[in-house]
Amino acid sequence: MSTIQNLNAFDPFADTGDSEAQPTNYIHIRIQQRNGRKTLTTVQGLPEEYDLKKILKVIKKDFACNGNIVKDDELGEVIQLQGDQRGKVGEFLVSQLQLPKKNIKIHGF
Amino acid sequence: MNELGFDPSLKKKKKVKKEASEEAPSMKEEDMFAGLKKKKKSKKVDEKTDEKIDDFDKSLKDLSIDDSSKSDVTDFDKELEKAGLDEIKKEETKSNQELGGLPYNALLSRFFQILKANNPELAGSRSGPKFRIPPPVCQREGSKKTLFANVQEIATVLQRNPEHLIQYLFAELGTSGSIDGEKRLVLRGKFQPKQMESVLRRYIIEYVTCKTCKSMNTELKRESANRLHFLSCNSCGSTRSVSSIKAGFQAQIGKRKKAVI
Ligand SMILES: [Zn+2]
Repeated sequence: MSTIQNLNAFDPFADTGDSEAQPTNYIHIRIQQRNGRKTLTTVQGLPEEYDLKKILKVIKKDFACNGNIVKDDELGEVIQLQGDQRGKVGEFLVSQLQLPKKNIKIHGF
Repeated sequence: MNELGFDPSLKKKKKVKKEASEEAPSMKEEDMFAGLKKKKKSKKVDEKTDEKIDDFDKSLKDLSIDDSSKSDVTDFDKELEKAGLDEIKKEETKSNQELGGLPYNALLSRFFQILKANNPELAGSRSGPKFRIPPPVCQREGSKKTLFANVQEIATVLQRNPEHLIQYLFAELGTSGSIDGEKRLVLRGKFQPKQMESVLRRYIIEYVTCKTCKSMNTELKRESANRLHFLSCNSCGSTRSVSSIKAGFQAQIGKRKKAVI
């Protein structure tokens, strides 16, 4: 009986966590052009358990740029940073917050 | 047992243990030394025997040199050996050439030459006339806009609806734009051809190439039943689903939103 119960414990159709059908947990890092040479970097989709204020504080100091948090009705809280910080932010999320690299999508040119 | 005051088995054991423990290292040492000595000895012996043999050989050779008949025989033997070895070598080279001993790379390149000549699509040639993607042509339109002149052309080469490509460009570049009278795309913001190229490359990877066979001869279909986009390959017939284009978060740039009264 115990072996059969063991069999029951394994669900072959369970979500393995590595499927591509989970767009909700993607972190999107985008860039937008402002007037002139100025650009804006947005970080969307950070997990809710993180304190964005603290992250922003560290990022602002590390990258020497200004930034703010914008609350979007559908997409949750989004970090905005001045300048093109995409590479730096991606690296920061992986190294400091231990976020999986495959969940981070860097958009733009 | 108690009356006797001792446990013979225990004592014995102890004794045995002690003896064993006392003897073991010494034995080991002896063994080690013995082994070493033996090895050394054997080595020495080997060397000595070798030397002896060498000496013997030398003496033999000396003898043979002295003896004309013997030397003749040895020479003959040597020649025979040489001839035999030569024959064997010749045979080996022959068999190599006959039994496909041609270099692998040569065969591979020959195979691909034939394949390209007969059906180039199977050889994965993307440089064929059909799938040569023209480089994006970007011109500046004023100081704030970019004119992407050959969107239509690129979309037709990729066999995609230009609207789909333009939607992707807008989403990736975080901008907006319009199509002018000559069907050229006007984008807000300044973009270099190089930047457009990298975006196009990502579009191709995500929405054009078949992940199974890397062919770009694919079709993008929208399944009406589940409203999902599917990419089906015309070369190998595999199908995969692709995510729909999402612009995502768009930051408010320039004028601030007017407060809702
Ligand atoms: Zn294919």
